[in-house]
Amino acid sequence: MSRIGVFICHCGENISRTVDVERVAQVTARLPGVAIALDYKYMCSDPGQNLLKKAVAEHKLDGVVVAACSPRMHEKTFRNAARAAGLNPFLCEMANIREHCSWVHEDREEATAKAIDIVKFTVSRVKKDRALAPITVPITKRALVIGGGIAGIQAALDIADAGHQVVLVEREPSIGGHMAQLSETFPTLDCSQCIMTPKMVDVANHPNIKLYTWSEIEEVSGYIGNFQVTVRRKARSVDEDKCTGCGVCMAKCPQKKIDNAFDRNLGTRPAIYVPFPQAVPNTPVIDRDNCTRFKTGKCGVCEKVCGPGAIDYGQQDQLIVEPVGAIVVASGFDLYNIGPKPADSPYEGYGEFGYGAIPDVIDGLTFERLASASGPTGGKILRPSDGKEPKQVVFIQCVGSRAREKGISYCSKICCMYTAKHTMLYKHKIHDGQAYVFFMDARTPGKNYDEFWRRAVEEEEAVYIRGMVSRLYQKGDKVVVMGSDVLVGVQVEIEADLVVLATAVQARTGADLLAQKLGISYDRYNFYSEAHAKLKPVECATAGIYLAGACQGPKDIPDTVSQASAAAAKVMTLFAKDQLEREPIVARVNERNCAGCLACKKVCPYGAVEEKEIRDRNGNLIKTVAYVNPGVCGGCGTCQATCPSKSVELDGYTDEQIMAMIEAL
Amino acid sequence: MKHDFEPKIVAFVCTWCTYAGADLAGTSRMQYPANVRVLKFPCTGRIDPVFILKAFQKGADGVLVSGCHPGDCHYMAGNFHARRRFAAFRKLLEFVGVDLARLEFSWVSAAEGGKWVEVVTDLTERIRTMGPLAEFKELETEEHWSGRLETAELKEAYNNI
Ligand SMILES: Cc1cc2nc3c(=O)[nH]c(=O)nc-3n(C[C@H](O)[C@H](O)[C@H](O)COP(=O)(O)OP(=O)(O)OC[C@H]3O[C@@H](n4cnc5c(N)ncnc54)[C@H](O)[C@@H]3O)c2cc1C
Repeated sequence: MSRIGVFICHCGENISRTVDVERVAQVTARLPGVAIALDYKYMCSDPGQNLLKKAVAEHKLDGVVVAACSPRMHEKTFRNAARAAGLNPFLCEMANIREHCSWVHEDREEATAKAIDIVKFTVSRVKKDRALAPITVPITKRALVIGGGIAGIQAALDIADAGHQVVLVEREPSIGGHMAQLSETFPTLDCSQCIMTPKMVDVANHPNIKLYTWSEIEEVSGYIGNFQVTVRRKARSVDEDKCTGCGVCMAKCPQKKIDNAFDRNLGTRPAIYVPFPQAVPNTPVIDRDNCTRFKTGKCGVCEKVCGPGAIDYGQQDQLIVEPVGAIVVASGFDLYNIGPKPADSPYEGYGEFGYGAIPDVIDGLTFERLASASGPTGGKILRPSDGKEPKQVVFIQCVGSRAREKGISYCSKICCMYTAKHTMLYKHKIHDGQAYVFFMDARTPGKNYDEFWRRAVEEEEAVYIRGMVSRLYQKGDKVVVMGSDVLVGVQVEIEADLVVLATAVQARTGADLLAQKLGISYDRYNFYSEAHAKLKPVECATAGIYLAGACQGPKDIPDTVSQASAAAAKVMTLFAKDQLEREPIVARVNERNCAGCLACKKVCPYGAVEEKEIRDRNGNLIKTVAYVNPGVCGGCGTCQATCPSKSVELDGYTDEQIMAMIEAL
Repeated sequence: MKHDFEPKIVAFVCTWCTYAGADLAGTSRMQYPANVRVLKFPCTGRIDPVFILKAFQKGADGVLVSGCHPGDCHYMAGNFHARRRFAAFRKLLEFVGVDLARLEFSWVSAAEGGKWVEVVTDLTERIRTMGPLAEFKELETEEHWSGRLETAELKEAYNNI
């Protein structure tokens, strides 16, 4: 006969207000196998935990049920208390009578009856619980960082400075991300390149950082402490070891008319290129889709002019497996495209703004390139259609953001600030120009942010018009902006030389695919989900994977850098141990019954099931059975529900435990 | 409001999505009928159809199976296996004589406290109008059902084999 202790928590009044906790104690005390049932005001408090520990010793309990909040809240607390009292922690279970009962029901009688039921089936389960020993696994103290924007750069540098090896994977030819494209940055107006490029160089020179640019994540397997990551190094057609970065190939390339995506297609670049002059690494890539040599077989100029002989037209994609213990995802964001809706996008685009076909209607990032000293115009703000200096510029905020009808209801957070910045950059370059801003609200929380915005309005004379724009159209060489000023209550029409749209920050296209490779979750907008909105803002629910930067949601640089350093700190905390204890919720095979059909192997999402040969003393094969590698098993239990002969069992969720609960219903 | 019949609803849910969604309904103080009893699994992939049969046999009038949305499984693909398995299982259940309206499958994410409330409320209301599950429960009283040929139809069927 079991000796189970039941502890019912009042949770102040959170539970006892709707559940008659004394009655629950009285009824459950009479259940077979229950040695003692008590109720207490706060079970999670120190005295509450002591009550539990004392009862375990006094009543020689061999199982404990704590009826309180969700196990997601306090299971660890009570299992630790049980362990301290000398009980195996896996013989302690929680009955959730708060989130699943007292908080969601009003009728005291119904709630009490339900609470009793919940405790009852939990008691039945505990009777079938087995003592489990935690599994320890070694930790590979190397980290993978995905994405070389400012988030990935910061995280990689922090981890590398702590003495651990870092593999940094960036899919573009250079690291830098969006920050490398910015001109000056709010709230201080310091030049983005000036603060960014030293960090990029640090990455390239750091002895602990292995940098793979022009590379992508192919496959991820394993688990916290022990991931295996396959990286695809796309063929660069240039040998990185031989190339000196002299740039002669780029200068001599006859094909120079390719739109430069880094400059938002305002300028052009050759077929062999680095995206921008300060690129890290400074090794060019051949754009095979546009290279004459690859298209027609004729050319080969770059090979001829390359002194060190670094050009390699035959280079192939390379797959490299990197073992790592932790992963930081820092893959950043994309911008809302106002063009017509592509088939695979949930976003509507802006027909009322001409679907992006009006040449002098550009987005904020394009404006950054126009204002940037290293941009296509050398920092002169000239409009794309005819290269003239625009004297009237209209900025429109919340394009795609906070626009439910366009598919996005969130605020993109950075646009109020960068639009204020744009009006200043414009005024500083074109003194007789006038900037207008259409806005819904000015959202400027952040240190020195509101002051910055006020400066744009009060000192730099940007005219802020509160209201929305309903239409943009071309009239002669002007773009007509039709909007409303809701404060004055009038319609406004401005003939602008240039219109700049603060388009929404959206998740990377394909962010969901990367998430599926990593086994992490994402929200309805494809931003990656943190484990807890408040208390675990950098951890993923999947252990060992952390988030940094705009891949988790719209963020400015200060927030991105803070989160990146926080993610790095989490990785360092993990790496401070040599061994990792993990929950022993893993599947085990009963080799005697196993018929070796390996149906379990087919369904296992982790590849944890291996084939094992059973031989007799003379080495003759008796049979092949399934074997579950406990280090790899994730503990989902799909194998067990699949096994036709019930020969595999998930510890902690055995058929016996579950049937006992159902029996008690 | 009191009703004549309070159905017993058993929910088999995964810990990562639906259990957390039900927790969220709690922290948000949403209200729903008290008929549901929630059993937690690591993943819907762990849910053996036998559990559902057992629940009906043990007096459940309705059963809910709920896990992560397709593509959101914490274990990558457990919910896909579950979906396939239950598609086949429904046929069997129908054959056994349980009205399929008594079994509900849904995806409720950790962020969908409201959806959890909706799913549980709808199922409870539906089962309430359907009344208790009588047919199948009789099996429980014949726990050791050994195929005794008691009804005329069964006897005849046996003789015709
Ligand atoms: C117009 C504009 C102006 C701005 N101005 C300011 C400002 O003045 N001040 C300020 O604080 N903030 C500003 N911001 C915000 C700032 O750009 C972001 O905070 C910052 O870039 C976020 O950095 P990140 O590293 O998270 O993302 P990103 O900069 O997007 O970097 C992500 C990196 O990951 C790489 N990547 C993506 N997917 C993969 C993959 N699957 N595998 C490998 N690599 C991948 C990308 O190529 C990229 O290099 C501005 C933003 C915009 C759009």
